[in-house]
Amino acid sequence: MADIKNTVVKFQSIIALLALCIVLTIMSDKFFTMENGWNIMRQISINVCISIGMTLVILTKGIDLSVGSVLAFTSAVVAGLFKYGIEVHQLDVYIGFTVFGAILTGLIIGCILGIFNGWMITRFKVPPFVATLAMLTIARGATMLWTGGLPITGLGENFNFIGTGWFLGIPMPVWITSILVAVAVIITKKTQFGRHIYAIGGNESAAKLSGININKIKFYVYAIAGVLAAVGGIILTSRLDSAQPNAGMSYELDSIAAVVIGGTSLSGGRGSIMGTVQGALIIGVLNSGLVLLNVSPFWQQIIKGLVILLAVIMDRLNHPNED
Amino acid sequence: MENQQNFILRAVNVTKKFGSVTALEDVNLDVHVGKVNVIVGENGAGKSTLMKILSGVYPEYEGKLLLNNEEVTFSNPKDAMQKGIAIIHQELNLIPYLNITENIFLGREIHNSFGFLDSEEMNRRAKEQLNRLNCNLNPKTLISDLRVGEQQLVEIAKAILEDAKVVIMDEPTSAISDTEVESLFKIIDSLKKQNVAILYISHKLDELFKIADRFIGLRDGKIVGSIENAKDAKKDDLIKLMVGRDIKGFYEKETVPFGEEVLRVENISLPKIDHKSSFIIKDINFSVRKGEVLGVFGLMGAGRTELLETLFGLHPTLMTGNIFIENKPVKINSVMDAIKNGMGLVPEDRKADGLVLQMDISKNVSMASVKNVIKNFFLNSTLEDSLSVKYIDSLKIKASSEKQLSGNLSGGNQQKVVLAKWLATTPKVLFLDEPTRGIDVNAKNEIYHVINSLAKQGLGIIVVSSELPEIMAISDRILTLSNSKITGEFTQAEANEEDIMKAAIK
Repeated sequence: MADIKNTVVKFQSIIALLALCIVLTIMSDKFFTMENGWNIMRQISINVCISIGMTLVILTKGIDLSVGSVLAFTSAVVAGLFKYGIEVHQLDVYIGFTVFGAILTGLIIGCILGIFNGWMITRFKVPPFVATLAMLTIARGATMLWTGGLPITGLGENFNFIGTGWFLGIPMPVWITSILVAVAVIITKKTQFGRHIYAIGGNESAAKLSGININKIKFYVYAIAGVLAAVGGIILTSRLDSAQPNAGMSYELDSIAAVVIGGTSLSGGRGSIMGTVQGALIIGVLNSGLVLLNVSPFWQQIIKGLVILLAVIMDRLNHPNED
Repeated sequence: MENQQNFILRAVNVTKKFGSVTALEDVNLDVHVGKVNVIVGENGAGKSTLMKILSGVYPEYEGKLLLNNEEVTFSNPKDAMQKGIAIIHQELNLIPYLNITENIFLGREIHNSFGFLDSEEMNRRAKEQLNRLNCNLNPKTLISDLRVGEQQLVEIAKAILEDAKVVIMDEPTSAISDTEVESLFKIIDSLKKQNVAILYISHKLDELFKIADRFIGLRDGKIVGSIENAKDAKKDDLIKLMVGRDIKGFYEKETVPFGEEVLRVENISLPKIDHKSSFIIKDINFSVRKGEVLGVFGLMGAGRTELLETLFGLHPTLMTGNIFIENKPVKINSVMDAIKNGMGLVPEDRKADGLVLQMDISKNVSMASVKNVIKNFFLNSTLEDSLSVKYIDSLKIKASSEKQLSGNLSGGNQQKVVLAKWLATTPKVLFLDEPTRGIDVNAKNEIYHVINSLAKQGLGIIVVSSELPEIMAISDRILTLSNSKITGEFTQAEANEEDIMKAAIK
C-alpha cells in the first residue's frame, strides 16, 4: 500500500499535467495541435531556463530573487554590444562584437552577477533573500542606466535566429532549453557536485562536517543561476528583436512557482530538475488553455496563485515531518 | 505492602496505536505519591509515548487515566498542566531571545486590569519559583545568556509553577554537569517532601540508583514488572527488568597492542571570540598511539566539544598550536584538510550534525568519501550500495536495506551509519563526541565493541564523554578537561571515579 502511495506522489505533477491537458483538449479544439504544442514549449523555454538555476539554488535552501533583473541587464548588454559595440573616443578605439562575442560577454556578466550574489551570501552571511533582493534592484537600475530607459532594437537575422529559428523541425529555444535540462539532470543525479547540493540543502551542518566545501558549492550555484538568467535573456531578446529595459519583471516569481509546483521543497534538499520542468509545463499549459478559452489574463494570475498554493499544500501533506 | 491510596495517577489498560504500529499495549501503571517512580526501558519501548499521553500531548488513546481516583481526560498539554501534571522535556523548550520570566509564563501570561501584561507580578512570581530551586538568577536574564544547566533549571521552574501534583522528568540530566545534577536531586527531595509524585526517565543507570524509589519496566510497549524497593535492587536486576535477559559481561575491554604515535597535539589553544585574553581551551598537549583509546572526561563548559572541533579544522583563524599526524606536522585549516590528513569526527548530535536524514543509508555512508564511488566521472550506484552494504554487515546496522532513509532508523543504528561514513574514509584518527548519547543499553554495548575493534585495526581513537562509567570502561588512558585546561591523566590502572571526578572539577 505504501509503495502505491509513494509512486502516486512521485508522479503527482505528471498526473495533474495529463489531467489538465485532457480537460483542455475537450474544452477547446485549438489546444491539441502541433502549433499550439510548439507555442507552449517556446513560451515556457525562458522560464525553464531560469528555473533550472532556481532549482539548484532552492535545493541548497537558498533563493534567487534577482534572476529577472539579471536577465534584463545581460540581455541589454548583449544587444547593446552587438548593435553598437564599445566606442572609446579619446583613444579612437571601436570594438565591435560578433553574435558569438556579444553572447559570450552576456553569459560572463550573468556569471559575475551570480558570483557577486554568492559572495554576499557566503562571505558576509547576507541571507539569500536579502542579497538577491538587493541585486534585483541593482541590476534593474543598471539596466535603466545602460539602455537610457529605451529599448535596443534591430538586431538582425543572425542574432534573432536563436529565438525565432527552427532546426530539424524544432524551435531553437526548445533545443537550447532541452540541452540545458539534460545537462542539469545529469549533474544533479550523477555527479559529486549534484550530490553535494542535495546534502547542503538536506543538512548543511552535517554536510560541512563531512568535508563538503559549502561556500564553493554555493558560489557555483548562484553563478549558474546568473548564467542561466543570461541565457534566458538572450532567448527573449532574440525573439522580440529588442532588449527592453523592463524585461523580465516578475520572472523570478514565475520561476519560483515552477520550482515549487514541481515538488522542490523551499526548505532544501528535496526536489528535481524534471519536477521543475513539469511545474513549468503546468503553468504553460494552464496559460495556453486560459488564452484559448478567452479568459482574461488577470484570471490567469489568480489561477496561477491558486495552483501554487495547491501544489505546496499537497507537498506538505506528503511530507508532514519537514521543517 | 503498598497502600492502594498511595498512587495519585493511575493508567488503566492504556493502549496507543499509530496506524498499524502498537506503541503501548494494555499499560497499567501507578505513580506513587512522594516517590521517584522510574520508568526503565530500551529505546523504542514506549516511554516517550506513555509520557505524552500522561501529559496531554496525545489526547486520543484506549483505556483511561485516573487522577486522585477519579477518571480524567486531558484535551491538550495546557489542560494537563492545569490539572496538576507537569512535564520537563528532554529537549529544552525555551525561547532563547526571551527572558526567564517570559519563558516561565509563556502561554499563561498574567494580565493587569487594563488587559496589558503585568510584568511586575510575573517577575515577582518567577523569582519565587527560582528561589524554590535554590537558584539566584535574575529572572530578567535572557535564556541565550544562560548555560545549559541553568536553562534546564528554568525548564524545571516552568514545570513546578502551577503546584503540580505529578512532575514528569524526561532525561532531565542529559545536558547538565554533575554538580547541577546534585542540585536537581535536592529539588526532587524537597518535592517529595511536599508530596509531589515524580515520574523519572533516564538512561544513566548509576544516576537512577541514587534517585529511584521504585522501578517500572517497559518493554515493547508493555509493562513487564516493577521493583518496589529500588534501594535494595542490584544493577543486574535492573538490566534484566529493562532488557529481559542478562547482559553477559557488561562490556569488557579487550587489550590491544599499541603501535606508533599517530596523533600529537602541542599547545592547542582557542580563545573566546569576544575576549581574546580568555580561552575556551588553553595549552592542550597530548598524544595518541595507533590502537589506543584515549578518553577525555569533563563537565559542561570544560571545552571538550570545542577541543575536537578545533582539531578537526572548524576554527582555523582563531586557533593556535601544532598538530602532528604520524609525527609529521600538518596544517588543518578546514574540515577538508582534516579529512585529507586522516581524521574523522563523529559529532555529538547525530541528527543535527551527523546525518542528512532525508537521504538513505547509502548516500550518508558515502558522504565524506564521494570520490571513491565515482566511475567514469559519474556517481556509481553499484559502488555506493556495495560500500554501505559492507558496513551494514560489519557494524550490524538494523535496517530493511541500504536504501532505507536514515531518518527512520533508531538512535543506535543512526550512530552506526555515522560511524560507517567515517570508516569509509579509512581514517588514521577517529574523534568520537558523546558516542552513545541517547542510545539504549544494548546498542551502547555494540558501539563499545565497534570502538574496540577499530582500535584493533590500528586506529587512534579519542572519545569525549560525560558518562564516567563509560569512559572508564572503554579507555586505555583518561584525560580530564576542566575549565579549558587538561587537569589530569590516568592510566587504566590508576583510574577510579573519585580521583577522576576531583580532577574534572578543579
